[in-house]
Amino acid sequence: MKLVFTTKGTEWDSPMDPRFGRTEFFFVYDEESKEVQTYDNRTVAGEAHGAGPKAAQKLGEFGAEVLITGNGPGGNAGMVMQATGTSVFVGASDMTVKEAYEAYCNGSLRQPQRA
Amino acid sequence: MKVAIASGKGGTGKTTLSTNLASYLSETTAVVLTDLDVEEPNSGLFIRGELRHSQVRNKMVPGWQADRCSLCGNCEEVCNFNAILKMGDRILVLPELCHGCYACSELCPTAALPMLPKPMGELRQFKAGKLDLVEGRLNLSEEQAVPLIKQTIDFVDAEFPVETIRIFDAPPGTSCPVIEAIKDADLVLLITEPTPFGLHDLKLAVLTVRQLGKPFAVVLNRYGIGDDKVQAYCAAEDISLIACIPNSRAIAEAYAAGELLYRGVPEVKAAVESIASFIQKQCRAEQP
Repeated sequence: MKLVFTTKGTEWDSPMDPRFGRTEFFFVYDEESKEVQTYDNRTVAGEAHGAGPKAAQKLGEFGAEVLITGNGPGGNAGMVMQATGTSVFVGASDMTVKEAYEAYCNGSLRQPQRA
Repeated sequence: MKVAIASGKGGTGKTTLSTNLASYLSETTAVVLTDLDVEEPNSGLFIRGELRHSQVRNKMVPGWQADRCSLCGNCEEVCNFNAILKMGDRILVLPELCHGCYACSELCPTAALPMLPKPMGELRQFKAGKLDLVEGRLNLSEEQAVPLIKQTIDFVDAEFPVETIRIFDAPPGTSCPVIEAIKDADLVLLITEPTPFGLHDLKLAVLTVRQLGKPFAVVLNRYGIGDDKVQAYCAAEDISLIACIPNSRAIAEAYAAGELLYRGVPEVKAAVESIASFIQKQCRAEQP
């Protein structure tokens, strides 16, 4: 399973970024190969509109099945993730990436309600 | 004559001034009050007129035709708003982000993105005594106010003779909806309050109207609270401060009851009269 975290850095000890579309980095973890790849998302500051759906599209390109973030995506990004079939887990704002992964594994992150 | 009432800061009295000024002017001349604050139109709370006309307004958004699409991705490329995305073998349109610019549709090599109407809100026309009120009302969750503001202004332009004075109740702020609401105005009245926040946003509003090259003047509401820095700023910048509306309990009570203030509060009547005579002076100056 490939998981994507929204983060403020590129290490397991980096803090999570609570924002989805305007997160600083995407931290992609492949559970099978144990490989980590990170993507710098800071160029998104230049996008006035649609940062969320653009980020959701990127998740699709990563082949991510799970997104772990803080506040969760908005409606437009949600539409895109419905199309890509990505599951969303929120509530990992005040954690490091490692803590967020542990929280996901022991089932303490919740999935937002979809309208 | 088109007079836009704008503010920068929200809650400073745009609707109070718009409704009172329009109603006062309508006693002697033809006026249409146009509520362009389409995300929360509230002039109608004070002008309780009879509904004469209402219609659903649409914005045009692309509708993807899978059978005609070659998946070239050009639509995503040309969209400035990330409102259309290529997701593998399909194209996803996000109507709330779409600005209706037609670029994706016009530039699609296989004509797979015809523009289709999508309801975005309602346009309503009321009559209250001699005063006409037209309001645009955006549907919940619609993100784009500008298309409905434009359509509301176009409706008023088409329905009312050019001599009819138009009072535009603009949205707050200084972003696109405000620009759309004031860009055709002959005069902009900026209403603010004598507080640091009121002054800060007044400065932004002044920068905006100056950049648009609009004649403008300032009205000070809730006069008596805060400080005198708005007056000092207007004096230093050579900006006409044409009226002050006092902060008073009588005004708050009448406002809360949904009443027009100039009919019961002499200070408001005096302020509205001096604003009306300023507008008439501008009107005369405009004519050759």
